[in-house]
Amino acid sequence: MRYVDRFRDPKKCRKLAQMIHRVAGRRPLRIMEVCGTHTAAIYRFGIRGMIPETIRLISGPGCPVCVTGDGYLENALALARDPRVIIATYHDMLRVPAKKTSLEKARSEGADVRGVVSALDAVTLARQNPGREIIFLGVGFETTAPATAVAVLSAQKERLKNFSVYSAHKTIPEALGILGRDKELALDGFLLPGHVSAIIGRAGYEAVLARIRKPSVICGFEAVDILYAILRIVSAVRDSRFVFENAYTRIVRDKGNPRARRILDKVFIKTDSVWRGLGVIRKSGLRIRPAFRCFDAQARFHLKDERRSAAKNPTGCRCADVLKGKIEPRQCRLYARRCTPEEPFGACMVSREGTCRSAYEHAT
Amino acid sequence: MDTVTLAHGSGGAATQKLIAEVFLRAFGNPYLKKMDDAAQVRVEKGAWAMTTDSFVVDPIFFPGGDIGKLAVCGTVNDLAACGAEPRYLTAGFILEEGLPVATLAKVAASLAAEARKQGVAVVAGDTKVVPRGKADKIFINTTGVGPIRKSLEAERIRSGDCILINGNIAEHGLAVFLAREKLSFKARIKSDCNSLWPIVKSLLQQSISLRFMRDPTRGGVNAALHEIASLSGLSVLLDEQALPASAACRTLADLLGLELLDMANEGKMLFFVAQQDAERCLRLLRRHPLGRRAALIGRVLKERKARVYLNTAVGGRKLLAPPRQESIPRIC
Repeated sequence: MRYVDRFRDPKKCRKLAQMIHRVAGRRPLRIMEVCGTHTAAIYRFGIRGMIPETIRLISGPGCPVCVTGDGYLENALALARDPRVIIATYHDMLRVPAKKTSLEKARSEGADVRGVVSALDAVTLARQNPGREIIFLGVGFETTAPATAVAVLSAQKERLKNFSVYSAHKTIPEALGILGRDKELALDGFLLPGHVSAIIGRAGYEAVLARIRKPSVICGFEAVDILYAILRIVSAVRDSRFVFENAYTRIVRDKGNPRARRILDKVFIKTDSVWRGLGVIRKSGLRIRPAFRCFDAQARFHLKDERRSAAKNPTGCRCADVLKGKIEPRQCRLYARRCTPEEPFGACMVSREGTCRSAYEHAT
Repeated sequence: MDTVTLAHGSGGAATQKLIAEVFLRAFGNPYLKKMDDAAQVRVEKGAWAMTTDSFVVDPIFFPGGDIGKLAVCGTVNDLAACGAEPRYLTAGFILEEGLPVATLAKVAASLAAEARKQGVAVVAGDTKVVPRGKADKIFINTTGVGPIRKSLEAERIRSGDCILINGNIAEHGLAVFLAREKLSFKARIKSDCNSLWPIVKSLLQQSISLRFMRDPTRGGVNAALHEIASLSGLSVLLDEQALPASAACRTLADLLGLELLDMANEGKMLFFVAQQDAERCLRLLRRHPLGRRAALIGRVLKERKARVYLNTAVGGRKLLAPPRQESIPRIC
């Protein structure tokens, strides 16, 4: 049996599901997961069908592509149209719509936009194209931000003069604080993102969970991981206990990855950040430090203030409410009718981990 | 004559030279040797099936096959899926200027070998050459015809019918992907590219209540089942646990976030069989070299909603959406 199959064992899953039914009974519960990969895994394995209907698994703003605001995209598009510039970006960003266009559309109109699978590929592009300006779109949470930091340090080592990063990196704990306090959301607990946790560790959540005190479990992405975490939260709620557990110990150490955090701290500084749907969250973004100014696209290029575009959403698009977990995708009138993976209206439908995209592709 | 030039496509002496030295040498059958504008073939009484397919796979050589072999298998399998015995093929080539003639000869030889193996005659052909960059090395179109041995229709599918497949899924799509992307993945994945008429023929010779067949190529088993559900009007239920797949394919798909059900197959057939004949059909399939890993993977439901459901391997159930975009382009 492959190692991963142990965490997909149908017998274990059935047992965990039975225990969840026994413990939860008919008690209505609202559990939020804030990781796009959890959203996708829950749909992929058909988890919702295995647990009581009274437990609502709510997808939060866990897809970094989806929470990147229009203001950022509009700036990226403006940069893309500069003939000196090569935009290097993760593939997910290519099709995110902003004002009826996208980086992919801009590419078909002549902009030099290239999909990369690694931030270091962008550094390679800069090395190979000395006459051009390479701008890497740094999107992602604490999982991918260290790679961007490494790319910056790499470019510095090579003394590259034509490489910069436009950072949209965000951090999770502050967003949890907002969501955990929201009375309308009325959450009973959190499934914490497994790979963000690999970087920030259990320690990374201590401050915010001390404030909001909702049962929370760091868990992995296989069926057994998710069912176990749900069981722990359900049990804690029944017993009115606060539980905070790292259940993904095969990947996550309680102290996380100190080396990755040191690299992050060297290159980035915390800043206020615009989240689609949540607005501005203080100190939830990562901006490149002044010491690395020459690698910061925001310092090198004239970019508009992202907050100016924060409020505007295409008519009828309810990405903001979906991202906050306030509605399910099918409650958006555009969902599956005018907003589809082929012709997405909002960001939630674009990324493979977007809540609407997951729902569309794996509907129960 | 090192590389293919535009002159080779112009119909003159260069074209004749290419045909003689590459195609006739590879195929060399009485039909082609006549070099007529059209082949004259004998057909028997009764209904004949006809199909056409174009092949633009990239790369043209991949583990388990090449574009030549694929050009025969793809078309032969479409005929086999209709219960028709493949008899004659045509082969049209569109070549990119600059293609090494040795490469063309290799592809032609492979196509010819597979055709000979299947007892199919390539009776007509065509060659065009386009300027560098206007095609990607070789594109091939094949049209196939053959007498229908057993008439099959989606309307014959009944609720309770069983769905079988003759072996491991996803191998072709993943093999081509690996060969193209040149990822350093340790386990070698080979395309399952093969002609299915022999295994279909052996089934037709037994009195199995075979309702319908389809070969799950582009879009994989997922796309094929959606098409069939749509044609028959009935919903189907798939058992993820029962799907045969190699460990290498499972792992690669997991790593890349690909769904095995969406990946192309070029040596697999879906069989819709009456419930009472399912076990016997399975035994018959497993006796054949191309059916050793045959499995019963699902059944037809009563409801008439043309949906495809999946019982997930961990015990969940969900509605499967058809594959929207091509996860991996240019696999056939």
